[in-house]
Amino acid sequence: MLTSNFVLGQAGHFNGGDIIYQLFIFIVLLALLKKFAWGPLMGIMKEREAHVANEIEAAEVSRKEALKYLEEQREIVKQSRTEAGQLIENAKQQGEAQREDIINQARAEAERVKESAKREIVQEREKAVAALREQVASLSVMIASKVIEKELSQADQEKLINEYIQEAGEGK
Amino acid sequence: MNHEAPMWEFMETGIHFNLSNVLMMTIASLIVFIIAVTATRKLAMKPTGMQNFIEWVMDFVKNIINSNMDWRTGGQFLMLGMTLILYVFVSNMLGLPFSIVIGGELWWKSPTSDPAITLALAVMVLGLTHYYGIKMRGMKNYAKTYVQPMGFLFPLKIIEELANTLTLGLRLYGNIYAGELLLTLLAGLGTSGAFGAIGAAIPMLAWEGFSVFVGSIQAFIFTMLTMVYLSHKVSDDH
Repeated sequence: MLTSNFVLGQAGHFNGGDIIYQLFIFIVLLALLKKFAWGPLMGIMKEREAHVANEIEAAEVSRKEALKYLEEQREIVKQSRTEAGQLIENAKQQGEAQREDIINQARAEAERVKESAKREIVQEREKAVAALREQVASLSVMIASKVIEKELSQADQEKLINEYIQEAGEGK
Repeated sequence: MNHEAPMWEFMETGIHFNLSNVLMMTIASLIVFIIAVTATRKLAMKPTGMQNFIEWVMDFVKNIINSNMDWRTGGQFLMLGMTLILYVFVSNMLGLPFSIVIGGELWWKSPTSDPAITLALAVMVLGLTHYYGIKMRGMKNYAKTYVQPMGFLFPLKIIEELANTLTLGLRLYGNIYAGELLLTLLAGLGTSGAFGAIGAAIPMLAWEGFSVFVGSIQAFIFTMLTMVYLSHKVSDDH
């Protein structure tokens, strides 16, 4: 009973129709799946591949850009640092110069004030001397008139003059 | 145990159909179609659920192809390989959970447990290898493969082609048929009585598991050998 099962076409009839049907249905299945399943699936897989490749490329590009920016920023910081240093240096120099200037001016002013004071002193002294002289002259005139009035002796005269001079010295 | 097949002759032409085979082939094709289509309905860049599964299958078949030929020539066989592996796998699995016998005629079984069907698939595959061999390398190069490396090997080459076809088909048939036969015997034992049920339970369980394993392996081997034969005919490096 079993042996007949191992022979092609079990029940006496060779089932050739099955072969035709198998080929037919497999080809139909293949065509349908190609249209409805494998095609879209392969499409999306290809798309993903492209997407991944793109992303990798984009990441590479942005990495390079970032590196470039970093370098630029570094350069800028360096530059600004040196600039700031220069500015401070300049300000220092300027301050130094200003200080020097102010001191010089003050010194000159003081010199000028001293000078003018000195000049004033000299003037005042001269004025005083002149006034003294005038007084001496007027005193002399007075003395002379008194001498004339009294006809004083030589000694008296001298004594008188000395007295007057003394007086003038004290009165000054 | 030995069930009749529901034969039907097509309009007295001598072409006989085994209607259960026709039914099961249609069911297997439908299942494959439904699996593949539902898995690829909502395609996304970030795959989820069924898409993961079908992409895993695609990668699996891709690996099979890549292990036999370079992707430039092998890429076009990807769809064939995917359909083959799914169809053979589903066909192998169909007969495992149960079989249906109506009026002494076996209706529900694995379509791959019929030699005519597996041989039809094998002949189709071998036919494809010859077709692509001629198409991609030219008639002259194709003919040359029969006398390389030595002219006297020509008869052997012819035998090789026939043997390839036969082994490819009969290997699949033998494995699946043997699996189903033993399952039928165990089922018969299990239903024969209380002792039979106890005695058959554990072997039944083991054999079901083993048959799942064998069915998967056979689907893989069928696809693998398809690609091997294709690469033999298509690649230049032989």
